[in-house]
Amino acid sequence: MIAIMDNPALIFRNVRQVFTRGEHALCALDDVSFDIIPGQVTGLIGPDGAGKTTLMRLACGLLRPESGIISALGLDAVAESQIVQSAVGYMPQRFGLYEDLSVQENLDLYAELQGLPQEKRAIRYTELMHMTGLAPFTARLAGQLSGGMKQKLGLACALLRAPRLLLLDEPTVGVDPVSRRELWAIVYQQVKEQGMSVLLSTAYLDEAERCNEVLLLHQGKLLGQGAPAEFSAKVQGRIFQVSAAGISHRQLQTRLDQAPGVLDALVEGETVRLVMEPAIQPTAENLLPGLDDVHIQPVAPRFEDAFVARLKVRHNGTAGLGGMNLHIDSGEGGEVIRVDKLLRRFDDFIAVNNVSFNVKRGEIFGLLGANGAGKTTTFRMLCGLLPASGGELSVAGLDLHIARAEARRHIGYMAQKFSLYGDLSVMQNLRFFASAYGLRSHHQDERVKWAINTFELADYAETNARDLPLGFKQRLSFAAALMHEPEILFLDEPTSGVDPLARREFWARTNALAEAGVTVLVTTHFMEEANYCDRLVIMAEGTVLAEGTPREMKARARTADNPNPSMEDAFIRLIEQREQNKAMEIVA
Amino acid sequence: MRASLRRLWGMIRKESLQILRDPSSISIAFIMPVVLLLLFGYGVSLDAKNIPLGIVIEQPDTAAQSLAGAFDRSEFFHPQRFAAIQEAQQALIERRIDGILWLRNDFSSRLLSGDEAPIGVFVNGVDSNQANITKGYIQGTWLAWLQHFSAARGRALDLPVSMEQRVWFNPALSSHLFLVPGLIAIIMTMIGSLLTAMVVAREWERGTMEALMVTPLRMGEMLIGKLIPYFMLGMGGMLLSVAMALFLFNVPLLSPIWLLMLCSALFMLVSLAIGLLISIVTRNQFLAGQVALVVSFLPSFLLSGFLFDIHSMPGWVQTITYLVPARYFVAILQTLFLAGPVWPVVLANAGAMLFMLLILATLVVKKSYKRLD
Repeated sequence: MIAIMDNPALIFRNVRQVFTRGEHALCALDDVSFDIIPGQVTGLIGPDGAGKTTLMRLACGLLRPESGIISALGLDAVAESQIVQSAVGYMPQRFGLYEDLSVQENLDLYAELQGLPQEKRAIRYTELMHMTGLAPFTARLAGQLSGGMKQKLGLACALLRAPRLLLLDEPTVGVDPVSRRELWAIVYQQVKEQGMSVLLSTAYLDEAERCNEVLLLHQGKLLGQGAPAEFSAKVQGRIFQVSAAGISHRQLQTRLDQAPGVLDALVEGETVRLVMEPAIQPTAENLLPGLDDVHIQPVAPRFEDAFVARLKVRHNGTAGLGGMNLHIDSGEGGEVIRVDKLLRRFDDFIAVNNVSFNVKRGEIFGLLGANGAGKTTTFRMLCGLLPASGGELSVAGLDLHIARAEARRHIGYMAQKFSLYGDLSVMQNLRFFASAYGLRSHHQDERVKWAINTFELADYAETNARDLPLGFKQRLSFAAALMHEPEILFLDEPTSGVDPLARREFWARTNALAEAGVTVLVTTHFMEEANYCDRLVIMAEGTVLAEGTPREMKARARTADNPNPSMEDAFIRLIEQREQNKAMEIVA
Repeated sequence: MRASLRRLWGMIRKESLQILRDPSSISIAFIMPVVLLLLFGYGVSLDAKNIPLGIVIEQPDTAAQSLAGAFDRSEFFHPQRFAAIQEAQQALIERRIDGILWLRNDFSSRLLSGDEAPIGVFVNGVDSNQANITKGYIQGTWLAWLQHFSAARGRALDLPVSMEQRVWFNPALSSHLFLVPGLIAIIMTMIGSLLTAMVVAREWERGTMEALMVTPLRMGEMLIGKLIPYFMLGMGGMLLSVAMALFLFNVPLLSPIWLLMLCSALFMLVSLAIGLLISIVTRNQFLAGQVALVVSFLPSFLLSGFLFDIHSMPGWVQTITYLVPARYFVAILQTLFLAGPVWPVVLANAGAMLFMLLILATLVVKKSYKRLD
């Protein structure tokens, strides 16, 4: 019997939270008020740094708000924090598992802590293990599970006693799409069976559409609350898909981005998706004068379109994004990177297994896969940071077994984590990287000036890198990787967690680089980002599952039920096929 | 109450499993004590034995040979002969020897005529402690020989006072008898403060603390759940050390074992409280390790009287030693092992530890709350 509660599961009233570090005060949440309706899934959506984790911690009494009232399940989260903490289920971002305990031991610990009676345990364990697919692995140490399995175990631990309010902090970050889909299924099953209320935070805007209701958080402010459809309804009629013959999709995107009345233009496979300014109808003559065979087709809006429409301010004449003004020795076409049967072992673990692909000059090439698929290991070998255990590997025509240092001069590398010096200013960082690449006096000044102008860093030139907003940190890393005008650029998870606007800016720059003749190799676990690549490989567990253009990838997943599959659908289909093959092998 | 015990049991079981699976915990608790005890028991000695001594005899007559023979026979010296004083001095400069005994060619004649100071002694004063010991031993050996020599010639040595020494508690003055019991305090500090501080800080660092907090678990249950397994681990390390002290190094234990256990348990709690406090304040493994090293391990090593005598420290350093819990425990250990249950010493020092425990426990409870800010 499900108790119908009319009272909100969680109430925030004028909540404000400020963190001070030294003389810097950061307003993490600014006058946030909302009610969460019980018995449904509410998504807390926002990019990194929006204040999601702070909000979650406040809700379970782990932080005290600067001002405002928070009530969880009718209890004051500040005064009655112990009772709140006993009543809610919470899965922090780093899921709180003990990696040196087995799956069963983790479950036992949380069952004791949550006071789940002994006689109910067996049933609940079976239920949860079945639901998460972890039943065969109960004796395995949590540290030896894959990323997706860890996440599911974390969720199972939080669900042991079926809390009335479940708080999940970014449960799907970095998880492969199959596990992600399973996580969502588990959450919805709990809502249905137990009448649970769920607040789930995510930086993936496409996940908003899976929620019953959405809270949109940006830079500490609540931008809106409502059903996902309500958000997208606001931009109904402003979204279009454009294709044209005789022009590359990247050039098409660049032209559309500067066309009048266009708020946003985004590469989507072979087409470009437009968000128009309000009340402006796009026509072929207005947008793309002089081009034939232009198709403009209205499409259904998505949550991300609404986010962009809400936040993007179009500055006129964004010259910086267009011209990269690089002096790249493009040379002749042909293959710049050649990888043949690449292998990397760590003791008895094979991180990269028999991976082969070729990248042509001026191409944007993607390595797509979940955390742990072997993308970063492949990357490190390509950059000469890690020796390969086997296979052939050449970059810019140089064999990496022999000429590692020489090859590195042709390469720019942007690491996954922010890897600049936090206590040096933007200017000092740029100078340091320029000199590290051997640029001197006049040439160095020129390059630093170029970086400041191209990446619009002038306002922050004297700011310490640590104190930059996330988007600017990313710009600085990008600039540092380009100081020596490399002909090949490696980008490792460059857009992880940044907001859609910063991501667009990033891809606009990457496109400009590719147009200037730079070969770009990029890893991402962000499925939709694969659309920006010319070609890509999909990786899982160290092997390549498929190689091709985004369109080819999606075409493989096309079925009668799903005539227009997304990249995520394509990925899931590949994984499923692989599982089937594995099962067949076992049977055989 | 029942629910609370269940949660406590859950914590204890989890913590014990983690200890058993973490090779570093086991090695700090059991392997390190063995290594330290072997090192200090066999390797480090504060006694002077086999001091390399140069002997220069310019006139090798009976008296001079007899005196040199006395040095040869002494277990404290390892003498070598030099033909000339210059050679011996060169050897001293090169640190091949630590001291020189110089018997000049008029040695016998002045000795027999009853003149003063017939021997010359040089000692390398770079290591002042070693120099004092060497000087003392040379003097002792000389006086003993002189007495023997005079007696043999039928006349008493006309020294104003004759001293009769008796060393209590450690009659052989072997340093390992007091180093080994003191070492138990060091080992327990390592387990109680260093290991505990780092292990608890690890929970903060890995984010598991956050997950623990949002459960019905109370802070007190969490602290006790952490304390009990590490208490057992520390006491295990202690028992191992005591067993080695008794059976390997033949250190006598002149007090009942229960009293030793009781005092050790008290010290263990003080150490654990320090470890917990450090981890709660730092919340970071690296920092916790550094802080534990500086505020807990090093003072225990240097300022507890385990290795260096507190009374010969400068006054202000002596004042600081009162803040080092190991000071009290080392005093108790050395007393219990070598002198027996001397109640005034035991009670005074145990009282000081109890006082520290109360203060530390209050701080731990005050500083630990289920919030992240």
